[in-house]
Amino acid sequence: MAYLAIFITYIFINNFILTQFLGLCPFIGVSKNSESAIGMGMAVTFVMGLASIITYLVYTFVLIPLNLGYLQTLSFILVIAALVQFVELIIQKNSPALYQALGIYLPLITTNCAVLGIAILNINEGYNLMQSFSAGIAGGLGFTLALVLMSNIRERMDLHPVPRVFKGVPIAFISGGLMALAFMAFDKALLMNLLG
Amino acid sequence: MAQSKKEILTQGLFRENPVFIIMLGLCPTLGVTTQVINGIGMGLSVIFVLVFSNIFIALLKNVIPNSVRIPAYIVIIAAFVTIVEMVMHAFAPSIYKALGIFLPLIVVNCIILGRAEAFANKNTVLDSFLDGVGMGLGFTLALILIALIREVFGAGTITLMAIGKFSGVIEIPLLYKYPARVMTLAAGALLLMGYLKAFFGYLQMRKEAK
Repeated sequence: MAYLAIFITYIFINNFILTQFLGLCPFIGVSKNSESAIGMGMAVTFVMGLASIITYLVYTFVLIPLNLGYLQTLSFILVIAALVQFVELIIQKNSPALYQALGIYLPLITTNCAVLGIAILNINEGYNLMQSFSAGIAGGLGFTLALVLMSNIRERMDLHPVPRVFKGVPIAFISGGLMALAFMAFDKALLMNLLG
Repeated sequence: MAQSKKEILTQGLFRENPVFIIMLGLCPTLGVTTQVINGIGMGLSVIFVLVFSNIFIALLKNVIPNSVRIPAYIVIIAAFVTIVEMVMHAFAPSIYKALGIFLPLIVVNCIILGRAEAFANKNTVLDSFLDGVGMGLGFTLALILIALIREVFGAGTITLMAIGKFSGVIEIPLLYKYPARVMTLAAGALLLMGYLKAFFGYLQMRKEAK
Protein backbone atom coordinates (compact mmCIF):
# COMPACT_ATOMS: atom_id res chain seq x y z
CA MET A 1 0.00 0.00 0.00
CA ALA A 2 2.80 2.40 0.92
CA TYR A 3 4.38 1.82 -2.48
CA LEU A 4 1.14 2.47 -4.33
CA ALA A 5 0.87 5.74 -2.40
CA ILE A 6 4.42 6.68 -3.44
CA PHE A 7 3.62 5.98 -7.07
CA ILE A 8 0.39 8.01 -7.09
CA THR A 9 2.08 10.81 -5.19
CA TYR A 10 5.05 11.19 -7.52
CA ILE A 11 3.22 10.60 -10.80
CA PHE A 12 0.15 12.76 -10.22
CA ILE A 13 0.05 14.74 -6.97
CA ASN A 14 3.64 15.93 -6.81
CA ASN A 15 4.37 15.64 -10.51
CA PHE A 16 7.98 16.71 -10.87
CA ILE A 17 7.45 19.14 -13.70
CA LEU A 18 3.96 20.47 -13.14
CA THR A 19 3.97 21.05 -9.40
CA GLN A 20 7.60 21.01 -8.26
CA PHE A 21 9.33 22.75 -11.20
CA LEU A 22 12.07 20.14 -11.42
CA GLY A 23 13.30 19.35 -14.91
CA LEU A 24 11.79 22.34 -16.70
CA CYS A 25 14.66 22.74 -19.16
CA PRO A 26 14.01 19.44 -21.01
CA PHE A 27 10.25 20.05 -20.61
CA ILE A 28 10.58 23.07 -22.87
CA GLY A 29 13.62 21.94 -24.86
CA VAL A 30 12.88 18.32 -25.78
CA SER A 31 9.09 18.44 -26.12
CA LYS A 32 8.90 19.41 -29.78
CA ASN A 33 7.93 15.92 -30.99
CA SER A 34 6.56 12.93 -29.14
CA GLU A 35 9.24 10.49 -30.25
CA SER A 36 12.07 12.37 -28.58
CA ALA A 37 9.83 13.07 -25.59
CA ILE A 38 9.37 9.34 -25.01
CA GLY A 39 13.12 8.71 -25.47
CA MET A 40 14.04 11.43 -23.00
CA GLY A 41 11.39 10.28 -20.53
CA MET A 42 12.62 6.67 -20.60
CA ALA A 43 16.24 7.73 -20.18
CA VAL A 44 15.36 9.96 -17.22
CA THR A 45 13.22 7.26 -15.56
CA PHE A 46 16.05 4.75 -15.89
CA VAL A 47 18.68 7.09 -14.46
CA MET A 48 16.38 8.32 -11.68
CA GLY A 49 15.69 4.77 -10.52
CA LEU A 50 19.38 3.85 -10.48
CA ALA A 51 20.46 7.16 -8.96
CA SER A 52 17.93 6.76 -6.13
CA ILE A 53 19.43 3.41 -5.17
CA ILE A 54 23.04 4.47 -5.41
CA THR A 55 22.71 7.83 -3.67
CA TYR A 56 20.75 6.10 -0.89
CA LEU A 57 23.57 3.56 -0.44
CA VAL A 58 26.25 6.26 -0.54
CA TYR A 59 24.39 8.36 2.00
CA THR A 60 23.59 5.53 4.43
CA PHE A 61 26.81 3.54 4.27
CA VAL A 62 29.46 6.16 3.53
CA LEU A 63 28.38 9.67 4.51
CA ILE A 64 26.50 8.90 7.74
CA PRO A 65 29.07 6.53 9.33
CA LEU A 66 31.86 8.98 8.52
CA ASN A 67 29.82 11.96 9.72
CA LEU A 68 30.12 13.71 6.38
CA GLY A 69 26.46 14.69 5.87
CA TYR A 70 27.49 18.14 4.68
CA LEU A 71 29.14 16.60 1.61
CA GLN A 72 25.72 15.38 0.43
CA THR A 73 25.35 17.77 -2.51
CA LEU A 74 28.91 17.30 -3.73
CA SER A 75 28.96 13.52 -3.49
CA PHE A 76 25.48 13.10 -5.02
CA ILE A 77 26.25 15.14 -8.11
CA LEU A 78 29.52 13.27 -8.61
CA VAL A 79 27.78 9.92 -8.24
CA ILE A 80 25.10 10.98 -10.72
CA ALA A 81 27.61 12.30 -13.25
CA ALA A 82 29.64 9.10 -13.03
CA LEU A 83 26.51 6.97 -13.20
CA VAL A 84 25.24 8.69 -16.35
CA GLN A 85 28.60 8.22 -18.04
CA PHE A 86 28.71 4.56 -16.96
CA VAL A 87 25.17 3.85 -18.15
CA GLU A 88 26.01 5.44 -21.47
CA LEU A 89 29.06 3.17 -21.89
CA ILE A 90 27.16 0.00 -20.97
CA ILE A 91 24.21 0.73 -23.22
CA GLN A 92 26.52 1.61 -26.10
CA LYS A 93 28.39 -1.66 -25.69
CA ASN A 94 25.51 -4.07 -25.09
CA SER A 95 22.47 -2.67 -26.78
CA PRO A 96 23.10 -0.50 -29.82
CA ALA A 97 19.37 -0.28 -30.51
CA LEU A 98 18.65 1.18 -27.08
CA TYR A 99 21.65 3.45 -27.45
CA GLN A 100 20.25 4.78 -30.70
CA ALA A 101 17.01 5.59 -28.92
CA LEU A 102 18.38 7.06 -25.69
CA GLY A 103 21.97 7.97 -26.54
CA ILE A 104 21.64 11.63 -27.34
CA TYR A 105 19.57 12.32 -24.24
CA LEU A 106 21.91 10.72 -21.73
CA PRO A 107 24.51 13.51 -21.51
CA LEU A 108 21.71 16.02 -20.87
CA ILE A 109 20.53 14.11 -17.83
CA THR A 110 23.44 14.96 -15.52
CA THR A 111 22.23 18.54 -15.30
CA ASN A 112 18.56 17.62 -15.07
CA CYS A 113 17.29 18.97 -11.74
CA ALA A 114 14.86 16.06 -11.41
CA VAL A 115 17.64 13.49 -10.90
CA LEU A 116 19.54 15.35 -8.17
CA GLY A 117 16.13 16.45 -6.86
CA ILE A 118 14.85 12.92 -6.27
CA ALA A 119 18.13 11.93 -4.60
CA ILE A 120 17.82 14.80 -2.11
CA LEU A 121 14.06 14.33 -1.65
CA ASN A 122 14.56 10.65 -0.78
CA ILE A 123 16.94 11.60 2.00
CA ASN A 124 14.71 14.43 3.25
CA GLU A 125 11.64 12.15 3.33
CA GLY A 126 13.56 9.41 5.15
CA TYR A 127 12.66 6.67 2.66
CA ASN A 128 14.28 3.24 2.89
CA LEU A 129 16.02 1.58 -0.04
CA MET A 130 12.91 0.11 -1.72
CA GLN A 131 10.87 3.27 -1.17
CA SER A 132 13.66 5.40 -2.63
CA PHE A 133 13.77 3.20 -5.70
CA SER A 134 9.98 3.38 -6.15
CA ALA A 135 10.03 7.14 -5.71
CA GLY A 136 12.76 7.39 -8.33
CA ILE A 137 10.86 5.29 -10.86
CA ALA A 138 7.54 7.01 -10.11
CA GLY A 139 9.14 10.44 -10.40
CA GLY A 140 10.58 9.45 -13.76
CA LEU A 141 7.20 8.17 -14.97
CA GLY A 142 5.53 11.41 -13.88
CA PHE A 143 8.19 13.33 -15.79
CA THR A 144 7.59 11.16 -18.87
CA LEU A 145 3.83 11.65 -18.62
CA ALA A 146 4.12 15.45 -18.53
CA LEU A 147 6.70 15.47 -21.32
CA VAL A 148 4.65 13.24 -23.63
CA LEU A 149 1.43 15.19 -23.02
CA MET A 150 3.29 18.40 -23.71
CA SER A 151 4.85 17.10 -26.92
CA ASN A 152 1.43 16.04 -28.21
CA ILE A 153 0.01 19.47 -27.47
CA ARG A 154 2.92 21.13 -29.25
CA GLU A 155 2.62 18.87 -32.29
CA ARG A 156 -1.00 19.88 -32.64
CA MET A 157 -0.23 23.52 -32.03
CA ASP A 158 2.02 23.53 -35.08
CA LEU A 159 -1.11 23.18 -37.20
CA HIS A 160 -2.87 26.16 -35.65
CA PRO A 161 -2.31 29.84 -36.17
CA VAL A 162 -0.55 31.14 -33.06
CA PRO A 163 0.17 34.89 -32.77
CA ARG A 164 3.72 35.56 -33.86
CA VAL A 165 5.12 36.71 -30.51
CA PHE A 166 3.67 33.65 -28.79
CA LYS A 167 5.15 31.12 -31.23
CA GLY A 168 7.42 28.45 -29.79
CA VAL A 169 8.48 28.80 -26.17
CA PRO A 170 5.89 31.30 -24.81
CA ILE A 171 2.89 29.26 -25.95
CA ALA A 172 4.59 26.13 -24.60
CA PHE A 173 4.81 27.75 -21.16
CA ILE A 174 1.19 28.83 -21.30
CA SER A 175 -0.03 25.36 -22.28
CA GLY A 176 2.16 23.98 -19.50
CA GLY A 177 0.43 26.35 -17.10
CA LEU A 178 -3.01 25.18 -18.19
CA MET A 179 -1.87 21.58 -17.81
CA ALA A 180 -0.64 22.37 -14.29
CA LEU A 181 -4.10 23.81 -13.53
CA ALA A 182 -5.63 20.50 -14.60
CA PHE A 183 -3.14 18.58 -12.45
CA MET A 184 -4.25 20.58 -9.41
CA ALA A 185 -7.27 18.26 -9.34
CA PHE A 186 -4.91 15.58 -8.01
CA ASP A 187 -4.30 16.33 -4.38
CA LYS A 188 -3.78 14.66 -1.01
CA ALA A 189 -7.55 14.27 -0.56
CA LEU A 190 -7.69 12.10 -3.66
CA LEU A 191 -5.02 9.83 -2.22
CA MET A 192 -6.97 9.56 1.05
CA ASN A 193 -10.14 8.60 -0.80
CA LEU A 194 -8.37 6.01 -2.91
CA LEU A 195 -6.39 4.31 -0.18
CA GLY A 196 -8.51 5.07 2.86
CA MET B 1 36.20 39.82 -31.20
CA ALA B 2 37.36 41.52 -28.03
CA GLN B 3 34.62 42.94 -25.89
CA SER B 4 35.12 45.92 -23.64
CA LYS B 5 34.89 45.34 -19.90
CA LYS B 6 31.67 47.28 -19.73
CA GLU B 7 30.07 45.17 -22.44
CA ILE B 8 30.98 41.96 -20.61
CA LEU B 9 29.46 43.30 -17.42
CA THR B 10 26.21 44.53 -18.95
CA GLN B 11 25.42 41.86 -21.52
CA GLY B 12 24.04 39.54 -18.83
CA LEU B 13 21.65 42.21 -17.60
CA PHE B 14 19.52 42.69 -20.68
CA ARG B 15 20.84 41.63 -24.06
CA GLU B 16 21.74 38.12 -22.92
CA ASN B 17 19.61 37.91 -19.81
CA PRO B 18 20.00 34.30 -18.64
CA VAL B 19 16.34 33.80 -17.79
CA PHE B 20 14.41 35.66 -20.48
CA ILE B 21 16.72 35.42 -23.48
CA ILE B 22 18.98 32.38 -23.08
CA MET B 23 16.34 30.49 -21.04
CA LEU B 24 18.72 28.81 -18.63
CA GLY B 25 18.11 27.98 -14.99
CA LEU B 26 14.34 27.83 -15.19
CA CYS B 27 13.66 25.44 -12.33
CA PRO B 28 14.70 27.73 -9.47
CA THR B 29 13.33 30.73 -11.35
CA LEU B 30 9.79 29.42 -11.03
CA GLY B 31 10.26 27.25 -7.97
CA VAL B 32 11.29 29.87 -5.42
CA THR B 33 9.61 33.03 -6.66
CA THR B 34 6.50 32.90 -4.50
CA GLN B 35 7.89 35.71 -2.31
CA VAL B 36 10.20 38.56 -3.23
CA ILE B 37 12.63 37.83 -0.40
CA ASN B 38 13.09 34.24 -1.64
CA GLY B 39 13.89 35.56 -5.10
CA ILE B 40 16.49 37.90 -3.63
CA GLY B 41 18.01 35.11 -1.50
CA MET B 42 18.22 32.76 -4.46
CA GLY B 43 19.66 35.51 -6.67
CA LEU B 44 22.38 36.36 -4.16
CA SER B 45 23.32 32.71 -3.74
CA VAL B 46 23.60 32.28 -7.48
CA ILE B 47 25.71 35.45 -7.83
CA PHE B 48 28.10 34.14 -5.18
CA VAL B 49 28.45 30.70 -6.72
CA LEU B 50 28.65 32.03 -10.27
CA VAL B 51 31.32 34.64 -9.50
CA PHE B 52 33.56 32.31 -7.52
CA SER B 53 33.21 29.33 -9.85
CA ASN B 54 33.95 31.60 -12.82
CA ILE B 55 37.09 32.95 -11.10
CA PHE B 56 38.35 29.51 -10.12
CA ILE B 57 37.65 27.94 -13.48
CA ALA B 58 39.41 30.82 -15.24
CA LEU B 59 42.38 30.33 -12.89
CA LEU B 60 42.52 26.59 -13.41
CA LYS B 61 41.70 26.48 -17.11
CA ASN B 62 45.27 25.57 -18.07
CA VAL B 63 45.58 22.90 -15.38
CA ILE B 64 42.37 20.94 -15.99
CA PRO B 65 42.74 18.38 -18.79
CA ASN B 66 40.19 18.95 -21.51
CA SER B 67 38.66 15.47 -21.33
CA VAL B 68 37.61 15.72 -17.66
CA ARG B 69 36.70 19.40 -17.63
CA ILE B 70 32.96 18.96 -17.02
CA PRO B 71 33.33 16.80 -13.87
CA ALA B 72 36.04 19.20 -12.66
CA TYR B 73 33.70 22.18 -13.13
CA ILE B 74 30.92 20.35 -11.33
CA VAL B 75 33.15 19.69 -8.32
CA ILE B 76 34.20 23.36 -8.15
CA ILE B 77 30.59 24.50 -8.40
CA ALA B 78 29.36 21.96 -5.85
CA ALA B 79 32.01 23.11 -3.37
CA PHE B 80 30.75 26.70 -3.53
CA VAL B 81 27.13 25.61 -3.32
CA THR B 82 27.96 23.69 -0.15
CA ILE B 83 29.51 26.85 1.31
CA VAL B 84 26.36 28.85 0.48
CA GLU B 85 24.19 26.15 2.04
CA MET B 86 26.16 26.17 5.28
CA VAL B 87 26.33 29.96 5.55
CA MET B 88 22.63 30.35 4.84
CA HIS B 89 21.70 27.59 7.29
CA ALA B 90 23.65 29.42 9.97
CA PHE B 91 22.68 33.05 9.29
CA ALA B 92 19.35 33.05 7.43
CA PRO B 93 17.50 29.91 8.54
CA SER B 94 14.09 31.13 7.36
CA ILE B 95 15.27 31.71 3.78
CA TYR B 96 17.20 28.44 3.94
CA LYS B 97 13.95 26.69 4.77
CA ALA B 98 11.95 28.53 2.11
CA LEU B 99 14.44 27.77 -0.65
CA GLY B 100 14.54 24.15 0.49
CA ILE B 101 15.58 21.73 -2.20
CA PHE B 102 16.37 24.49 -4.69
CA LEU B 103 19.45 25.54 -2.72
CA PRO B 104 21.45 22.33 -3.32
CA LEU B 105 20.00 22.29 -6.83
CA ILE B 106 22.06 25.39 -7.71
CA VAL B 107 24.70 22.78 -8.59
CA VAL B 108 22.74 21.69 -11.64
CA ASN B 109 21.62 25.21 -12.56
CA CYS B 110 22.52 25.35 -16.24
CA ILE B 111 23.56 29.02 -16.03
CA ILE B 112 26.61 28.28 -13.93
CA LEU B 113 27.88 25.30 -15.90
CA GLY B 114 26.92 27.11 -19.10
CA ARG B 115 28.99 30.19 -18.26
CA ALA B 116 31.91 27.99 -17.16
CA GLU B 117 31.87 26.20 -20.48
CA ALA B 118 31.05 29.16 -22.71
CA PHE B 119 33.01 31.94 -21.04
CA ALA B 120 35.29 31.23 -18.06
CA ASN B 121 37.41 28.56 -19.71
CA LYS B 122 38.39 30.85 -22.56
CA ASN B 123 38.79 34.22 -20.86
CA THR B 124 40.95 35.96 -18.30
CA VAL B 125 40.19 35.96 -14.60
CA LEU B 126 39.03 39.59 -14.57
CA ASP B 127 36.71 39.13 -17.55
CA SER B 128 35.27 35.96 -16.02
CA PHE B 129 34.66 37.80 -12.77
CA LEU B 130 32.79 40.58 -14.58
CA ASP B 131 30.80 38.06 -16.58
CA GLY B 132 29.82 36.26 -13.38
CA VAL B 133 28.66 39.50 -11.75
CA GLY B 134 26.70 40.57 -14.84
CA MET B 135 25.00 37.24 -15.44
CA GLY B 136 24.27 36.82 -11.73
CA LEU B 137 22.69 40.28 -11.54
CA GLY B 138 20.64 39.60 -14.66
CA PHE B 139 19.39 36.38 -13.08
CA THR B 140 18.57 38.15 -9.81
CA LEU B 141 16.69 40.97 -11.56
CA ALA B 142 14.62 38.44 -13.50
CA LEU B 143 13.85 36.55 -10.30
CA ILE B 144 12.80 39.71 -8.47
CA LEU B 145 10.55 40.76 -11.36
CA ILE B 146 8.80 37.39 -11.46
CA ALA B 147 8.52 37.18 -7.68
CA LEU B 148 7.12 40.72 -7.49
CA ILE B 149 4.36 40.01 -10.00
CA ARG B 150 3.52 36.65 -8.46
CA GLU B 151 3.43 37.88 -4.89
CA VAL B 152 1.52 41.11 -5.58
CA PHE B 153 -1.22 39.34 -7.51
CA GLY B 154 -1.14 36.01 -5.70
CA ALA B 155 -1.03 37.15 -2.09
CA GLY B 156 -1.39 40.94 -2.20
CA THR B 157 1.86 41.44 -0.29
CA ILE B 158 5.51 42.25 -0.91
CA THR B 159 7.75 40.44 1.54
CA LEU B 160 11.17 41.96 2.22
CA MET B 161 13.66 41.78 5.06
CA ALA B 162 12.34 42.67 8.51
CA ILE B 163 14.34 45.68 9.69
CA GLY B 164 13.67 47.23 13.11
CA LYS B 165 10.00 48.16 13.48
CA PHE B 166 9.21 47.35 9.87
CA SER B 167 7.90 43.78 9.76
CA GLY B 168 9.13 43.28 6.23
CA VAL B 169 5.68 42.73 4.72
CA ILE B 170 4.02 45.42 2.60
CA GLU B 171 0.30 44.87 2.07
CA ILE B 172 -1.37 46.04 -1.12
CA PRO B 173 -4.80 47.40 -0.11
CA LEU B 174 -7.32 45.80 -2.47
CA LEU B 175 -5.34 42.78 -3.62
CA TYR B 176 -4.59 41.71 -0.07
CA LYS B 177 -8.27 41.03 0.52
CA TYR B 178 -8.99 39.32 -2.78
CA PRO B 179 -5.76 37.77 -4.06
CA ALA B 180 -5.62 35.59 -7.18
CA ARG B 181 -4.17 32.58 -5.38
CA VAL B 182 -3.38 30.77 -8.59
CA MET B 183 -0.41 33.09 -9.18
CA THR B 184 1.47 31.62 -6.23
CA LEU B 185 0.84 28.08 -7.47
CA ALA B 186 2.68 26.18 -10.16
CA ALA B 187 0.11 26.94 -12.86
CA GLY B 188 0.34 30.69 -12.36
CA ALA B 189 4.11 30.59 -12.54
CA LEU B 190 4.11 28.80 -15.89
CA LEU B 191 1.43 31.11 -17.34
CA LEU B 192 3.27 34.23 -16.18
CA MET B 193 6.55 32.94 -17.60
CA GLY B 194 4.85 32.41 -20.97
CA TYR B 195 3.45 35.94 -21.05
CA LEU B 196 6.73 37.51 -19.91
CA LYS B 197 8.65 35.57 -22.53
CA ALA B 198 6.19 36.72 -25.21
CA PHE B 199 6.55 40.32 -23.99
CA PHE B 200 10.35 40.22 -24.19
CA GLY B 201 10.14 38.55 -27.57
CA TYR B 202 7.89 41.39 -28.72
CA LEU B 203 10.37 44.02 -27.49
CA GLN B 204 13.19 42.24 -29.30
CA MET B 205 11.17 42.02 -32.51
CA ARG B 206 10.37 45.73 -32.42
CA LYS B 207 14.04 46.54 -31.90
CA GLU B 208 15.04 44.44 -34.87
CA ALA B 209 12.37 45.99 -37.07
CA LYS B 210 13.81 49.45 -36.43
